[in-house]
Amino acid sequence: MVASHLPDAVQGPGPVDVVLNVNGATHVVRIEPRVSLLDCLRDHMNLTGAKKGCNQGACGACTVWVDKRRVVACLTLAIACEGREITTIEGLAENGILHPMQKAFLSEDAFQCGYCTPGQIMSAVALLAEGHAGSDAEIAEWMSGNICRCAAYPNIRTAIRDVRDGVGGVGSAAR
Amino acid sequence: MSTAIGRPVDRVDGLAKITGAGRYSAEIALPGLVHAVLVTSRIPSGRIGHLDTYDAERAEGVLAVLHHLNLPKGGSVPALLPSLFGAAASGQTFFPMQDEVIHYAGQPLAVVVADTLDRAEHAARLVHITYEHTPAITTIEQGRDRAYEAEKIFAGFIPGRITRGDAAAGLAEAAETVDLSYHLAANHHNPIECSATTAVWEGDRLTLYDSTQGPNATLHTVAELLNIMPSHIRVVTGYVGGSFGCKAMIWAHPALSALAARAVHRPVRLALSREQMFSGCGHREEQEMRIVLGADRDGRLTAIRHHKLSPTSHFDDWAEPSLSVASSMYACDNYEGVYRLIKANTMTPTFTRCPGEAAGMFVMETALDELAERLDLDPLEIRLRNYAETEPGTGNPWSSKGLRECYQRGAELARWSERDPRPGRERDGNWLLGWGMASSAYPVTPPGGPQRARARIFADGSAVVQSSFADFGTGSATVMTQVAADGLGLPLERVRVQYGDTDLPNTAAAVGSAGAGMVSAAVHVATTALRDQLIAQAVADERSPLHGADPGQITVTEGRMHLRERPDTGESYAELLQRANMTDAEALGTWNPPSMMGTGYGTMTFGAQFAQVAVDPELGLCRVRRLIGVFDPGRVLNRKTAHSQLMGGMLWGMSQALLEGTVMDPAGRWSNASLGEYLVPVNADAPDVLIETVETTDTVVNPLGVKGIGEVSMVGTAAAIANAIWHATGRRHHRLPITIESVL
Ligand code: FES
Ligand code: FES
Repeated sequence: MVASHLPDAVQGPGPVDVVLNVNGATHVVRIEPRVSLLDCLRDHMNLTGAKKGCNQGACGACTVWVDKRRVVACLTLAIACEGREITTIEGLAENGILHPMQKAFLSEDAFQCGYCTPGQIMSAVALLAEGHAGSDAEIAEWMSGNICRCAAYPNIRTAIRDVRDGVGGVGSAAR
Repeated sequence: MSTAIGRPVDRVDGLAKITGAGRYSAEIALPGLVHAVLVTSRIPSGRIGHLDTYDAERAEGVLAVLHHLNLPKGGSVPALLPSLFGAAASGQTFFPMQDEVIHYAGQPLAVVVADTLDRAEHAARLVHITYEHTPAITTIEQGRDRAYEAEKIFAGFIPGRITRGDAAAGLAEAAETVDLSYHLAANHHNPIECSATTAVWEGDRLTLYDSTQGPNATLHTVAELLNIMPSHIRVVTGYVGGSFGCKAMIWAHPALSALAARAVHRPVRLALSREQMFSGCGHREEQEMRIVLGADRDGRLTAIRHHKLSPTSHFDDWAEPSLSVASSMYACDNYEGVYRLIKANTMTPTFTRCPGEAAGMFVMETALDELAERLDLDPLEIRLRNYAETEPGTGNPWSSKGLRECYQRGAELARWSERDPRPGRERDGNWLLGWGMASSAYPVTPPGGPQRARARIFADGSAVVQSSFADFGTGSATVMTQVAADGLGLPLERVRVQYGDTDLPNTAAAVGSAGAGMVSAAVHVATTALRDQLIAQAVADERSPLHGADPGQITVTEGRMHLRERPDTGESYAELLQRANMTDAEALGTWNPPSMMGTGYGTMTFGAQFAQVAVDPELGLCRVRRLIGVFDPGRVLNRKTAHSQLMGGMLWGMSQALLEGTVMDPAGRWSNASLGEYLVPVNADAPDVLIETVETTDTVVNPLGVKGIGEVSMVGTAAAIANAIWHATGRRHHRLPITIESVL
């Protein structure tokens, strides 16, 4: 019914032009409306930093920010992100300077295979902004949407604490 | 002289991982790339009645629908052979889409190729298949009456029955026995990166970007399956998002991606979905074990009888070797181990982190705890009384063994001597607290053939070291950089390693915790050969300050060759090469490992683990509060990455104890084939883990004395936790995972 009143708003199912703001730049991609933000980034924009671990919202590997909030890109439609500000791991470093969270992940060895890592880092930076890093228990709880099968969890918590406490990037030696 | 080896160096591939720049196998951008999606069987046993591709072929963007009637037949399926041999390593001796017979749910029946992923996935749903069902067996319960004793398991390498001494006589003379039955659920690896291959043909040359533990295993397997020359295939494995064994053997998808790419004349990406990861690359089989331990009054074992029953596929007699390590952990003259199998409608099970050791040692280490309880012995004491000074069965000396030190240090860290041995004594509010411990052990197995690396130094004194191995999160690229720097006498930042490409010198798959040992050996041989070659050149060069010196008296520091005794006499590699008008110099290094058939030594990595748990008996909750592990891995190449790997293994052991299990539904399909329903630990499940290593020097296993750390730390964790649950609650658990329902 709505469609009959707004014929111009009907889009798809064929490819349509979608305008997306990703990491501060505007992109026009021609995609079907059913394409997820994750597939759009990875397959249509060649931004493969956001990872696909399940495509079902269960692992957090695809975590990106939409308007600064963390979302799972596999359950977000790209077309629904028009007019919003999308940030991916590729946009986290500024002018080639790593974000302190990236440095802390490296120095604390908060990953092994690295496949969950972009999602963990995007989650971890947002977590600090949300104010959910008060204690280790709170960090653990609010980071539990990001699975790390290599089980780097204790080191992920250490990295987040480092940044929270301004130790940023100063690695502990082997324990 | 070693300055880089052992240091807690940051990962050399770390920057690519924290910035998202590293490309995994499903992220290779190629012009004209199209997408393949598998259509898999919904039933576990039967035949395809009708496979209707009409709708799929006409769907938007579809380029091809391949199935058993139109898939070009190629070569033959290679024999089942562990990829540690370095040859073809098919995960099962069955290749799909050759006829209409269905052997297991999830078996690929068709491949749909389309220009975008969404279109390929949509068209895959338009392939309409009708089935003719035949009866299926997919669980132990359904197949119990058809069980048979295996002649051989594990690709023919392990006999189905292993005995020493006389187990029956040993049990008859025992003062105390325990006789326990266990059930362990099936497990799935679930690395966060699903398996994927991107295939590109250029004429009759094939390049595969494959997510694997062994690029050469992919090369040889695909060569045989497609009947093409190995020289015409190149496998590139840049970044791998974890494996844990599901990428150790080569399954159908790399060859299918190549066939699809040939059919559509375009580069093809074939990535398994998460659900397909449960029936596309093997699993750890469901297993039942029965263990009988007999001991004299002092707790010395008089006999071990350890039997296993598990389902395998219709094509292969595979069981993970659950009995092996448990059989050589303790001194005991009388032993009987038997593997029984059931032919089932599943794919062939495969290596899963600690294949066999984790399961078998859970049984051994919890049974030993019960025996200690009956004998009123401390759990640590019973282990010391049965300490194996030589390898049980062979009587061979150990190449190295630091287990006594591991026990001692672990007990100190856990304050074991302060523990009240009686169960159920300690409380924290609603929580019952308990401590448990267990031993860890994992065999050191050499690879099947020569391992190679090439070292090349340029006239400016920087070096590249090349070897084909893959780094799937183990840190091997980082430790190889360290080994190369020390071998050449260069600072770390002057050395780059290049790896993950079959065009580079050959190595076997990095499996069985053997990766660091074998690749470090090859890199060590190559880099020291190049160093010696340059020293020889200097000694022979009249214009060199080292002319005529004894090469044995020359060492290299920071890229400068000099006399050991008179460091000011010498010159840099750069000076030597530039003077000789050489842009570079290189050397190939080959390490010939000891025979897989035995070194005359028992070779194992050992450890001791201690766990504290808190159990809420009313809610059935079990939380692990502390995990402590002490291991004897031989030379540690990088303290930071080693720590991470050991920690990951222990958390895997925790997960084995409390979370992981795949369950068959009545229709013969895995019922919880998703990351929402197959439980793996999340951050809130993972306690802090305390890890230490004890110094052991091993001169047998490989040149640098590296015993391997990828798996040993998972062995024993689950048993330490189960023993701690007993200590907290007074209840024993013989089923894994230990769920809320079973704790209640
Ligand atoms: S890929 Fe999006 S949550 Fe797993
Ligand atoms: S680093 Fe491998 S999944 Fe987290």
